[in-house]
Amino acid sequence: MKTWEYIVRRLLLLIPVLIGVTIITFTVSHVIPADPARAFAGGPKAQPETIARIRAELHLDKPLWEQYFYYMNDLIHLNLGKSFLENRTVTTALAQYFLATFELTIFATIIAIPFGIIGGIISAIRQNKLSDHITRIIAIVGYSLPIFWLALMLQYVFAYQFPIFPLEGRLSVGMTSPTTFTGFYILDSIFSGNGAALISSLHHLLLPAFTLGFAELAIILRMMRSSMLEVMGSDYIRTARAKGLSERTVIYKHALRNAMIPTITVAGLSFGGLLSGAVLTETIFNWPGMGRFAAHAVLGLDFNAVMGFTLVVAIIYVIANLIVDILYAVVDPRVKLGGG
Amino acid sequence: MARKRETKTHELIRRFRYNKSAVFGLILILFLVFLAIFASFIAPQDPTPSPPKLENSLKPGFWSNESISGYPLGTDMMGRDILSRIIYGSRISLTVGFIAVGIATLLGILIGVAAGYYGGWIDNVLMRITDILFAFPSLLLAIVIVAVIGQGLDKAMIAIGIEYSPQMARVMRGSVLYIKETEYIEAQKAIGSSNTRIIFRHVLPNSLSPVIVYGTLMMAGAILDAAALGFLGLGAQPPSPEWGAMLSESRFYIVSGSWWAATFPGIAIVIAVLGLNLLGDGLRDILDPRLKE
Repeated sequence: MKTWEYIVRRLLLLIPVLIGVTIITFTVSHVIPADPARAFAGGPKAQPETIARIRAELHLDKPLWEQYFYYMNDLIHLNLGKSFLENRTVTTALAQYFLATFELTIFATIIAIPFGIIGGIISAIRQNKLSDHITRIIAIVGYSLPIFWLALMLQYVFAYQFPIFPLEGRLSVGMTSPTTFTGFYILDSIFSGNGAALISSLHHLLLPAFTLGFAELAIILRMMRSSMLEVMGSDYIRTARAKGLSERTVIYKHALRNAMIPTITVAGLSFGGLLSGAVLTETIFNWPGMGRFAAHAVLGLDFNAVMGFTLVVAIIYVIANLIVDILYAVVDPRVKLGGG
Repeated sequence: MARKRETKTHELIRRFRYNKSAVFGLILILFLVFLAIFASFIAPQDPTPSPPKLENSLKPGFWSNESISGYPLGTDMMGRDILSRIIYGSRISLTVGFIAVGIATLLGILIGVAAGYYGGWIDNVLMRITDILFAFPSLLLAIVIVAVIGQGLDKAMIAIGIEYSPQMARVMRGSVLYIKETEYIEAQKAIGSSNTRIIFRHVLPNSLSPVIVYGTLMMAGAILDAAALGFLGLGAQPPSPEWGAMLSESRFYIVSGSWWAATFPGIAIVIAVLGLNLLGDGLRDILDPRLKE
């Protein structure tokens, strides 16, 4: 199978999964609530005429399959309904919050991947030495740590006891956001030459990004260590050593490449963890992203907002996994032969 | 036969004892189980006194001169003893972990065995459904379920149980596929044993070790997720001494310097989750034949 055939095949397999996801979000928002119109109208306090209007508006008087058709039609037109907590459409709200979350997750990944990989390599080539023990402890504690507790502890130490970092938010109070080019404050402040905003946004980003990235760092560290150990024990590494190659060349040119493969997969899969973690991290650091929006929406029974968020996250997650699989196939030609 | 089984058990115990981190994990968990069982004897104070002693609000613990005796880890904003609440909280967290994983295991065995043993279209349909559930990052699945069925500790347990069931289903399916091809199952079929008999007498008992290994690791995740739901206000509700809910109640006092109220419940969560992770990793090394040298 050629690489592009594999990619097409995987893209086609994505379709039933995405349809399944929409069936779930549809069921949750239209079928399970005893009276969806009342739920959309804002719960028990809603006026009967409002409910009647919403029932007609949302086609709730039609048969279920027809309702699903309307639902899908709305989705295709990027219409996720109205968020009554924010009094605007869910699409507008998510579009705004998405970029803040994306900036946060990217920085979390920038922290997690290099440190995780380097730590894993050090740990593996110095197996059972002190540095190995330390990295292993970081790894196991890292993935046993409640992310929201880590966030609170960092806030206490670095924002209260030693006020090096701001407690919360995305920019200093009173500072206006940089001119919008991309929606990422870091890039926008660079493009608009706004030095103060750049410093402030980086300053605000570091604690939440570290919090969010730490669990991923632990997972990558662990995977990198074990796959590096496995590769280092293989026959071709022994051959490379027997050829008289220096240990450096053996590790960095021969072992690393193969050891990276499982690490890529794990990094991709842990992206879902980042999106879940964003709900907690953003809530604590008051980061204006999708996660905080979703947490408020669940508590406020804002069904449209919850389902819109769920759908967006599921799509991002599925696509992230697809990209990982494709990368995997590119790096390791054996994968394609498996018939995926 | 009996003797042979005994030596096998002995060998497993011997290997377990050599695995230092697994032993350490087991000790942590046994310690928490002990606290949970004897909470009413060990805890120095009532975890939820009524009326609350507000005059004791946010008093520090043993490290400070302002501490009050009988409250070694300090008090929270309602003047309640943090240590006692953590001790009682171990009951909640262990129960949540156990019940959530129980639900996941039950569903997972049902789906996994049906898919793996019968194969064909049943397998296809069930695995596509789990694929769809895997499209939701794990904690988010629980959050969505809670959004639908409602908030509270009991609902959170169900949500977390459903969250982990696709993983357990995959583990079971893999295990069943492997066992199904073994010679003794073929022999059972040849002598005309019914499917039910084969599944209950042979397939399930032989799938026990992956269930134990992944069940332990999932319990770590379940406790963490229950605490996260409690923290978000979606799981256990105040005044429950659930660790996540305790953290949530105390989080705003951290920036007025009362760090202890949120710190110690977090350490309790770490102990529980770390213990289960170490134990689960150790059990995997010991029980998983594919990782054996």
